[in-house]
Amino acid sequence: MTQLLLFNVTNGLIIGAFYALMALGLSLILNLSNVINFAHGGFLVIGGYLAYTITPYVGFWGALLIAPVLTAVIGLAVEGVLIRPLYGRDPLYSLLMTFGLAFIIEDGTRFIWGAQGKPVTIPPFLARPLSHELFFITGYRIFMVVTVTIAVALIFALLRYTRLGIRIRAATLDLEMVAAMGVNVRILRSLNFAAGIYLAGLAGALAAGQLGLEPTMGTGLLMPSFIAIIIGGVGSLTGTLIGGLLIGVASGVTAVFAPAASEAVMYVLMAFILLARPRGLLGEEGMMT
Amino acid sequence: MTGTLSTRKLAVLLAIWALLALAPYWMPPLGGYTALGTRVLVLALAAMSVNFLLGFTGVLSFGHAAYFGLGAYGAGFALKFLAPSTPLAIVCGMMLGGLVGAALGWVIAHRRGVYFAMVTIAIGQVFYYIAFQWSSLTGGDDGLRGFSRQPIDFGLFKLDIVSNSETFYYFVLVCFALVLAIMAFILRSPFGRTLIAIRENERRARFLGIPVDRHIWIAFSLSCFFMGFAGALYALVNNFADPRGLHYSQSGDFVMMAVMGGMRNFWGPLLGAAVFVVLQDYLSSVTVNWMSGVGALFVVIVLFFPRGLLGFVRSKSQA
Amino acid sequence: MATPYSSRRFDRRSVLKGAAGLGALGVASPFVIAARADTPIRIGMIDPLTGVYAAVAQNEVIGAKLAVDQINAAGGVLGRPLELLVEDSANDVGTGVQKARKLIDRDQVSFLIGDVNSGVAQAIAQVSNEKKILHIVSGGHTDSITGPDCKWNVYRVCNTTTMEANSVCSLLFKQYGKKWHFITPDYAFGHTLQKAAAVDLAKLGGTVTGNELTPLGTTDFSAYLIKAQAASPDVIVVLPQGSDMVNCLKQIVQFGLNQQIHVAGLQQELESLEAMPPEARIGIWMFEWYWKQPGIPGVDKFVADIRKVNNGKVPTARNWFGYASVHTLAGVANQQKTIDSVALAKALGNFELPPEIKLQPNKCYYRPGDHQLMTSAFVGEAQSGGAGDPEDLFRVDHVIAGDETAPPEDATGCKIQWPA
Repeated sequence: MTQLLLFNVTNGLIIGAFYALMALGLSLILNLSNVINFAHGGFLVIGGYLAYTITPYVGFWGALLIAPVLTAVIGLAVEGVLIRPLYGRDPLYSLLMTFGLAFIIEDGTRFIWGAQGKPVTIPPFLARPLSHELFFITGYRIFMVVTVTIAVALIFALLRYTRLGIRIRAATLDLEMVAAMGVNVRILRSLNFAAGIYLAGLAGALAAGQLGLEPTMGTGLLMPSFIAIIIGGVGSLTGTLIGGLLIGVASGVTAVFAPAASEAVMYVLMAFILLARPRGLLGEEGMMT
Repeated sequence: MTGTLSTRKLAVLLAIWALLALAPYWMPPLGGYTALGTRVLVLALAAMSVNFLLGFTGVLSFGHAAYFGLGAYGAGFALKFLAPSTPLAIVCGMMLGGLVGAALGWVIAHRRGVYFAMVTIAIGQVFYYIAFQWSSLTGGDDGLRGFSRQPIDFGLFKLDIVSNSETFYYFVLVCFALVLAIMAFILRSPFGRTLIAIRENERRARFLGIPVDRHIWIAFSLSCFFMGFAGALYALVNNFADPRGLHYSQSGDFVMMAVMGGMRNFWGPLLGAAVFVVLQDYLSSVTVNWMSGVGALFVVIVLFFPRGLLGFVRSKSQA
Repeated sequence: MATPYSSRRFDRRSVLKGAAGLGALGVASPFVIAARADTPIRIGMIDPLTGVYAAVAQNEVIGAKLAVDQINAAGGVLGRPLELLVEDSANDVGTGVQKARKLIDRDQVSFLIGDVNSGVAQAIAQVSNEKKILHIVSGGHTDSITGPDCKWNVYRVCNTTTMEANSVCSLLFKQYGKKWHFITPDYAFGHTLQKAAAVDLAKLGGTVTGNELTPLGTTDFSAYLIKAQAASPDVIVVLPQGSDMVNCLKQIVQFGLNQQIHVAGLQQELESLEAMPPEARIGIWMFEWYWKQPGIPGVDKFVADIRKVNNGKVPTARNWFGYASVHTLAGVANQQKTIDSVALAKALGNFELPPEIKLQPNKCYYRPGDHQLMTSAFVGEAQSGGAGDPEDLFRVDHVIAGDETAPPEDATGCKIQWPA
């Protein structure tokens, strides 16, 4: 029993890392721009398909490096044309906009690449498990966790040590003041959005190796990201990270005792947080409006 | 605004009701069919219930389809396990949607803005998840089956709403009118006026001594009762209840109908629902890529017609 | 927000013009339909062309369209051309029911085909039954459609879950062993499939070491596979379909589980195998129809015809379902010289599919007692590309006739009630 538990906790951390990656991108965009990006799952799908398309030319590693960047570029374009006009308005409109965008992306990917799922191969040396016993820890999953860790570390470093990062954090707290101090808020928001989309594209490129690549694969990952943000606390990136990992581990542990409830547990956690500590684990008061 | 309606408003009102009452006659020649009209009515009712909260109180609840879906399941359970009675089914559906909404509204009524929207989405998804997973009760992904709407016995005559599409359409129209009357009455009352005041400037309303959180909770609960009613009707239209009625994409559709028609106008959501349903029905017959069309519609409305069609018409007439 | 008012107005105006044009199109086209209403016989086909089942649904439509073209080239039905009207149910019951009413009320179809989603299929069957329209369920597998929920106007082409279980279980037992661990998708199809297999296993003397119920759309099966492995079974029986199947098998192979434990399942589809990387194409399965059947009449022509309309790809069972459904309707109508639903429904009992339609070695006919097509099960093993043929992803070992895999008519729970 303890071995089963240990296995599932470790497995949960691996899954949680992936949730955290998705949620982080969503959180970045939410914090600065007040936009709930319903199309985040769609960008994940785009990242996966782009990786699949360019792999024959640049190989697996090249695709992993380039596809998220390409996705971020698409994100930049989308932000400039579709989302920027909505910043001053009621958040309702950006919600509806990203909602419609999600539809278009799903249909577009189906149109371009077809409804039939695409076979994605990963380098054979990664596809092997660590050992006979620890079969669920494959090289690829370790690689995923490592990639997520590096990406998260980079983002945190960016936010903490670079000028751009400091400005983004300041703007999250007080946009008006930052604008008044002469920072080009427009570019700030664009880059922030692109960073969030980069993370989604990276998640997609990673996911394609483990899941089936088809147009609807992003929709199931949106809700766990939402929940990770609510649990971790709106406005706190570290909180989102912890939220994602927590959901993953809780899911894994529940799978040992009641597998059917392993998905329900994240909703239960969310309900608990909403009732007991509504601002989230690491959220700050006043971030809720 | 005083109690008496101007002649122009009266004329518009009469025109709308005439159009609705005669729908089974003017729709088929235009390529429509009565079942389409019934569907428009039910979804319009749902959109108007959302707008009660969105357009008139200014509260962004994006997970409202949950109460719609609960209404559908409530009606289904009633018909399946309680009694083969259509009125009972409608009442049960309304109660399930309304009471759950009221309970939840109590917890979240004091939050605002984007975070509130996120929480409502997540809560809505909880119910979707329950409907999906609790398959022994709800039928899971396959939906709740094995019930159908029953003819209504008024003692003097029987209303066959089972096989006659036209009779069913009129039955739904009468229900629609009933709920609308209640909604309009509430909005015209002092309570309704304070809701609009809250929408306009919440802080000032609070300074005036209005218990804002409590009013928002009441408005939330009322709109959930209306949603439950609409959901029950939807179950009767399909003889089916399924989890997709609870999904956040359904919520998004309702909000879009309200916005597309015009949030600030009482009749806006009806127009929005009509356009949305007909467009989706038409597009999905013509092309497999209808989702892009609907998505593009969202984008266009948000960018160019944020006040909705009725808002646009009004600004044109005032310009 | 400093866009000048005048330029925004211009944007709106051009958008409005475009919208008006689109609207005019919408109003005009029904008249086009009405003008052609007299001569053709219409078949309405409802399938989830968008959403998770899009790939298999679109293949059904391709098969159906091929059949319609063939029939029209041969003179149509009763001298009248056949017309196929395809509608998207988008995996949503409300939409499916609405489209069914639209096809019947507005478009005056004489026959209905659909849906891949069993839940939607049953909702549509209620409408078709109410309106007395002959309805063939091409791709929905749940047993009750030709079981307790059977209707006089509904026939089904694809296998029932019981038929599928019965076809493979004894082979799995003999070759792989007696301790089975199930991975079951948590909806009606999965439940009935697993129950049927468990019953067969018990009869053979085996044991079920566990049954993991996985929600539809599960992407990560690791938790379930950890439990499965801990139970030390002889076989892991993978029942999820579509992208769930792809994910599960991919992960099983990545974990190396297939080297510790046998992997197999019941229903498998070419669409799923094509979506997997080659190393994941393993296991013993049954197909409902397979394209590589040397020596069987009609198959090569069908393969060639489908390749022409499907980007050179080989046909799948789903293509065949659509194809067989349309040919059934045309065939029985031409045979009985009528399109009356009740007469045709009665005539379909024991109706046998001719060789160029059935495309399989065994006798293929509709059973009168439950309206189920007795179609063969193709049992064999998945392979990443047999004998150097990259399209041949399945090695067929046995083709078992439908009436050997199907339970007897009185055991299905179906009692057909004909209209007075």
